[in-house]
Amino acid sequence: MTVAAFYLFAAVLVASAVMVVTSRNPVHSVLFLILAFFNAAALFLIAGAEFLAMILVIVYVGAVAVLFLFVVMMLDVDFAKLREGFQRYAPIGGVVGAILFLELVLVFGTWTFATDAAGLRLNPTPEGVDNTRALGRILYTDHVFLFQLAGLILLVAMIGAIVLTLRGKPTSKRQDVARQIARAGSVNLRQPPLGAGLGQIGIERPPVEPPPEAKPKQVEHAGHGGGHH
Amino acid sequence: MEGFLATPVGILALTVAQAMALLVPLLIMVAYLTWAERKVLAAMQLRRGPNVVGPFGLLQPFADALKMLMKETIIPAGASRVLFILAPMITFMLAMLAWAVIPVNDGWAIADINVGILYLFAISSLGVYGIIIAGWASNSKYAFLGALRSAAQMVSYEVSMGFVIVTVLMCVGSLNLTDIVRAQADMWFIIPLFPMFVIMFISALAETNRAPFDLPEGESELVAGFFVEYSSMSFALFFLGEYANMILMSALITILFLGGWYPPLDVAPLNWIPGPMWFVFKICFCLFVFIWVRATFPRYRYDQLMRLGWKVFLPFSLAWLVITAAALKLFGWLPA
Amino acid sequence: MAITLDRVARSFLLAELVSGMALTLRYFFKPKATLRYPYEKAPLSPRFKGEHALRRYPNGEERCIACKLCEAICPALAITIEAEPREDGSRRTTRYDIDMTKCIYCGMCEEACPVDAIVEGPNLEFATETREELIYNKERLLDNGDRWEAVLAKRLELDAPYR
Repeated sequence: MTVAAFYLFAAVLVASAVMVVTSRNPVHSVLFLILAFFNAAALFLIAGAEFLAMILVIVYVGAVAVLFLFVVMMLDVDFAKLREGFQRYAPIGGVVGAILFLELVLVFGTWTFATDAAGLRLNPTPEGVDNTRALGRILYTDHVFLFQLAGLILLVAMIGAIVLTLRGKPTSKRQDVARQIARAGSVNLRQPPLGAGLGQIGIERPPVEPPPEAKPKQVEHAGHGGGHH
Repeated sequence: MEGFLATPVGILALTVAQAMALLVPLLIMVAYLTWAERKVLAAMQLRRGPNVVGPFGLLQPFADALKMLMKETIIPAGASRVLFILAPMITFMLAMLAWAVIPVNDGWAIADINVGILYLFAISSLGVYGIIIAGWASNSKYAFLGALRSAAQMVSYEVSMGFVIVTVLMCVGSLNLTDIVRAQADMWFIIPLFPMFVIMFISALAETNRAPFDLPEGESELVAGFFVEYSSMSFALFFLGEYANMILMSALITILFLGGWYPPLDVAPLNWIPGPMWFVFKICFCLFVFIWVRATFPRYRYDQLMRLGWKVFLPFSLAWLVITAAALKLFGWLPA
Repeated sequence: MAITLDRVARSFLLAELVSGMALTLRYFFKPKATLRYPYEKAPLSPRFKGEHALRRYPNGEERCIACKLCEAICPALAITIEAEPREDGSRRTTRYDIDMTKCIYCGMCEEACPVDAIVEGPNLEFATETREELIYNKERLLDNGDRWEAVLAKRLELDAPYR
């Protein structure tokens, strides 16, 4: 039963992985990628790693693939143009592929197992501990500093991406919600008597700051890359 | 009987029977949720709501269903046919699928799996696919804009929801939903973790695309959002899926914060009512608040929505997670 | 300082959201404004302009003298009148049609009538399934007048002080 399930999921996984590469529509490619993720999750489940299976679905299917889909859907891909250079680049691609294949052969040919690897693989989790707890122990107890380091590297990458993409334009109007809410009392609400003019009520608004001196419009510098969007 | 249940056919029959016992009441609940929403919204706007079809309009959902069945399914020209049909199915199926792990009473879950909460979280994060595929397959700019909004919104609010779940999990020490409820036998988590409850509830509103976060539908700007092009039963499936998701989120909130099947106090008149009744009652309360919120607040603007998710909820839930962890460690309340 | 603290506390306790929710909850329990229409009806003004009717004198003689003022004033050209002297020498209509699909219910015919013959009554529930049924002839209008006479007289009496 389990073996049959394994081969079923594995076959679908491989087939959908092939479809990711071969399907003409990039959106279909991403959808096949999602199918592949699901089948990989199912394989994890069969192997008894339910935590990994769920995390795979949550992280890859629930977040990463959504963003892929997001980007791919917004692209306007011209398929004819994509296929134009295929003939020309086929030899280079073939050479790169062949080198990679050769390297893989070399790697697998000289592969030696550590002496205790077989034992470790046969007994992946300690007795009486579910694999969520086992993973937690490894990550947060045994290798906590490495884990923190990995987190820091990701944080740096994230901050880098934000710094590179965030352009604060001086003309952009930002909403300061706290200031808006805190404004209470600065505008008086009053019930004016019927037919009363401004003169009778008086001016209801507090004095407004005079607008800053209008600066001469900045001349576009030649070195100013990017341009305005 | 015992012998029959051990055979593969028996196991299958038992599972189907269990699923039916759960899904049929669930679907009836979905139908009546649409009725209740119209009634409650009407009452809050000094109207009466549906009151013509049957007593108090109670047969209205069935009249609506009949109307939907009679209509023509329209597939727009230029739409991706397979995906167009698939999208509402995915939405509806996922909303039903998640119920497999919900414990209605102690030990009353169809599949009481170890990583139940992760399963729920995974299923709820998949909900976005039905919407995004619908938006893309419709080949309509309104549908597409709705789908994009929905995808970004659901991914954003999942983050803060994840932190809320982690906070609860720290207090429980298990990913099993039954264990999470059992940990609340003495005190519901809503009391010590009230701020997290508020964040969870608001995130649930955003996850289910409910008002005031119903930008993906945004009828004033996007006509009807991601399901503009849908009609007939394919529209009905989206509709049912949305309401089933609301019930699912209410169930999740009930399990995480409102003590599942436990009565508020373990005293005489309250603990006569059986656990499942309490569970359903709490879900109904959450659903009432969902509708109540819809009757009260105007729709958010899109940048306000993103600001709330990333600049308010994310830092706040992260801070509260650290505070909870520190408190658990300091006072030695960590679960074994 | 105290004001800042107050503001922070308000925003973290979601004071405005809670007060909004309280408001809607109060409305939830208020008596509803909707009328269950076919069973409950809103009061009508005596000046309400509904379905037309041709009235009669108490002795049964029809009031209309075929002066055609209503036909002349009708902005929608909905009224058609043909007239000739009767055997007793009095001038009466032989044909008095109102096309109700053209009528805009402005009440000008009522205003123009020197003998209060054509009036607009309180009836607003005269929807039909075909257009033909909405082209009223003299018979139909007189019939309306007979049916609603009590109400019509009362309305004219109530409105008289303001004319």
